[in-house]
Amino acid sequence: MTSSISDAATTLFQSAVKGERRSLGKLLTAIERGGDQAEIIAGLAHQVSGNTHVVGITGAPGSGKSTLTGRLLKLFSEAGDKLAVLAVDPSSPLTGGAILGDRIRMDDLAGEESFIRSMATRGHSGGLALAVPAAIQLFDAVGYEPVIIETVGVGQVEVDVAGAADTTVVVVTPGMGDAVQANKAGLLEVADIFVVNKSDRPGASDARRDLELMLDLGHVSGLEQMTGYRPPIIMANSLDGTGADEVLDAIKSHAEFLRSSGKIEIRRKERLVMEIQNRIELLIGSTASVTLESDLGASFVTKVLDRKISPAEAAKSIVASITANE
Amino acid sequence: MGSEEKQEPNAREAWELEYQKASLRDSNFETMSGVPVEPVYGDDLFPGQYPYTRGIYPSMYRSRLWTMRMFAGFGTAEDTNLRFKELLRNGGTGLSTAFDMPTLMGRDSDSEWSLGEVGRAGVAVDTLADMEDLFADIDLSQVSTSMTINGPAATLLAMYVAVAEQTGVEPHQLAGTIQNDILKEYQAQKEYIYPPRPSMRIVTDMVKYTTAEMPKWHPISISGYHIREAGSTAAQELAFTLANGFSYVEAAIAAGQNVNEFGKRLSFFFNSHSDFFEEIGKFRAARRIWARWMKERYGATDEKAMLCRFHTQTAGVSLTAQQPEINIARVGIQALAAALGGTQSLHTDSFDEALALPTEDAARIALRTQQIVAHETGVVNVADPLGGSPYVEWMTDEMERQAEAIFAHLDDLGNGSILEGTFNGIENGYFVGEIADAAYRFEREVNSGRRIIVGVNDFTDGDNPEDRNLLRIGAETEEYQLKRLNDVKTRRNQEHVNSALSEITAVASDPTRNLMPAIIAAVKTYATEEEIANAMEVVFGTYVEKAIV
Amino acid sequence: MGDHQQRVILAKLGLDGHDRGIKVVARILRDAGMEVIYLGLRQTTASIVAAAEEEDADAIGLSMHNAGHLTLGPKMAEAITAAGLDIPLIIGGIVPDEDVEELMDAGIAAVLGPGASAEEVVATVQNAISARDKA
Repeated sequence: MTSSISDAATTLFQSAVKGERRSLGKLLTAIERGGDQAEIIAGLAHQVSGNTHVVGITGAPGSGKSTLTGRLLKLFSEAGDKLAVLAVDPSSPLTGGAILGDRIRMDDLAGEESFIRSMATRGHSGGLALAVPAAIQLFDAVGYEPVIIETVGVGQVEVDVAGAADTTVVVVTPGMGDAVQANKAGLLEVADIFVVNKSDRPGASDARRDLELMLDLGHVSGLEQMTGYRPPIIMANSLDGTGADEVLDAIKSHAEFLRSSGKIEIRRKERLVMEIQNRIELLIGSTASVTLESDLGASFVTKVLDRKISPAEAAKSIVASITANE
Repeated sequence: MGSEEKQEPNAREAWELEYQKASLRDSNFETMSGVPVEPVYGDDLFPGQYPYTRGIYPSMYRSRLWTMRMFAGFGTAEDTNLRFKELLRNGGTGLSTAFDMPTLMGRDSDSEWSLGEVGRAGVAVDTLADMEDLFADIDLSQVSTSMTINGPAATLLAMYVAVAEQTGVEPHQLAGTIQNDILKEYQAQKEYIYPPRPSMRIVTDMVKYTTAEMPKWHPISISGYHIREAGSTAAQELAFTLANGFSYVEAAIAAGQNVNEFGKRLSFFFNSHSDFFEEIGKFRAARRIWARWMKERYGATDEKAMLCRFHTQTAGVSLTAQQPEINIARVGIQALAAALGGTQSLHTDSFDEALALPTEDAARIALRTQQIVAHETGVVNVADPLGGSPYVEWMTDEMERQAEAIFAHLDDLGNGSILEGTFNGIENGYFVGEIADAAYRFEREVNSGRRIIVGVNDFTDGDNPEDRNLLRIGAETEEYQLKRLNDVKTRRNQEHVNSALSEITAVASDPTRNLMPAIIAAVKTYATEEEIANAMEVVFGTYVEKAIV
Repeated sequence: MGDHQQRVILAKLGLDGHDRGIKVVARILRDAGMEVIYLGLRQTTASIVAAAEEEDADAIGLSMHNAGHLTLGPKMAEAITAAGLDIPLIIGGIVPDEDVEELMDAGIAAVLGPGASAEEVVATVQNAISARDKA
């Protein structure tokens, strides 16, 4: 860790705090890239963050979540909020490239003070799990409130990312078994607010009933009993803006509930614990990968190939050798 | 013949009866070598007979050649007016107006969006004053005018009505067509202003108004041309266009219009690309599908309401910037496909259009190209000369099959309504996604060399960029137009403008009222096109396309 | 920074709605491993500059089909410079060869004409970015 990297990060950070958005853009790039500089930046941000309300919005592709996010942006900025959006979309698993188009339906609606950043998942889930919390802390540190993370709720990582928010909004559409899919994907457990988008479509009330039923059946009833909070189901149409006000109110009520019940501290603690956990896994994982490719690793591989030891035994030995070296 | 419905045994006699009634052009209808030919060949289906696969008229081009309608224009309203008058002096009766990009988008020439675009690709119209110049000294009761405009179509139609009124011509005397096909804007051309549903309300208001007041006016020209240019396949062009047609029919029926009355005043606009037999199959399938759906699904009983009449333009997207002169050959082949497909009118592209707006010379060569097809090839002597060919009949069936699969998807998406399916397909990115996929697939084929584009990825010798003579448009038009608009704004009564605009906003908020009278009243106060667009926008909102790449 | 993930903004500036070409280019760049931030239609110089800052873009690509390139191209280049950004601007679409020099003089890094192959598109964008990085 050279001091020049550290100095450069500090200079950029100070400039971003002063409102220089290009510096913030560059800091986010460094965070996405990972490595030493990303850690320094995340460290700087961490010291002065912990205040902003984080809203996760997730849903299947085509559920209209970008449009809904755009509507919310408009409402937030009309209320004078200076908000940041992190729009996460998958990278192509084949080429590593991505087409990020979520700004299109947000740009016009967000106020001039808002900041929108598109982020690709870049294949390695570990990276995303670190980059997103760091980006949130960075937005928080330079004064954005609230921070919205928008993800496609298709994979576990995306669900985790959305679920790491203070308030998680899950968007489903009628007629495509979205509610059932959301259940399968584990989205019900993380949802604080449900939005049935395109509520003018046939099947909208069915979707609503499905969700009510799943909530009743106790997918989250344990949580409900513990917290006294039952996720509201809001019927919306993001194309004409119907229901966006209600979603905003629900986000505010949920935030208020978190504060008054003291749950906010618990959530934020859980989030930091999860971040530490992710960092541990990444650290050990990457060190283990290096070891696996070393001569020592090769010797274990040979033993496994020769059926002398099992893959599990090899893994244990490699991890043991790392901890011994530390 | 393929999946044709079986005709009554006297199909030939029925056709002959109709053919006898038709007046024919003064021609020998024989080959170059003097061999006389029949008006049509084959036994079981004839042109002018339902479902019109072989053509909409019994005598086809023996009675009348297709209209050679060349769409062009740039500069000020006065420039275009001079060209109109020249055309009328030479015996023409049809005026075709191309508007510049700001006009097409409902923006005034002095909008910051208009910089660099004023008067470039067509004539700039901001207020009624420009329309007065455009049609000065032309008797609008004696001409037929085609206006290619969509988003702000209601305002331009209102201006046309207002100009006519100034010279004592009543709306019912006005003949012409306005493109007004807003659905394809969301799918392909992207010149929309409001979201799809309010836009559809404007279209329906225009249909109601023209039905009541302008019986000689064609209120919608349903256009597949732009869908194909955006990269669709032939079958997608066919299916999306006809589905848009079905959508307008459903909307009109829902608004209480009579399908027989309304159906007669619809027309279509297709692309003619380079895959010769696919294009011919597409044109033939279009007539058959349209007739069947109008009759069977929408209950039309008047045969005229089942006819798919269409204009064709050769494929601008097929023209190459490399060795542009070889585009003349492409256009010739595409024009021939349109003629063999039975088009009612044809625009042939100029060879230099991949580089810039066409020069006068290039436009002349394009017109001459279709004149060669009409007058030298003999294809006009026999209706549907390829009908009965196993390949052509198969291709026609195949185009129909692919189109029906798409209709089934849209019907499903709309729970039994093509209109709702189309709205949903726009909202969920179905159309733009399908088009982008097709465009990318084509591009990859070219890139990998599996598809040869002459002069682009093979046979590339002989390109001489320095020889090119391109059309340049100066900034004078823009300066002139800005001054003109400023003059009009200074002279008009601002109070009248304001109250007319408020009235538009009020009518827009009330779906039971028709927007046309309020827009006509507003254009008479010299309210600008953009002011009128904004007066509706406060109620209707704007549309931003979802990112489907 | 060899392993730096390249991020490219693609946009249509002004009223022109021809987006077939830009969508094909978006896919070509994605398939070459780049991240494309697609801004779509009807962008202004200000909205493009703001997006370039927030997204920390390595290049900006504009597509033009309406003969507006000599007006809008230099205007965009000026806006990029005025914002103090050092990002190459690449223009694609219908641009006559004889206009290329004027555009290059106005600060446009590269021009991609109709019929450019996928390899040319990718190479042009990469070269523009590495020329900037070396400067």
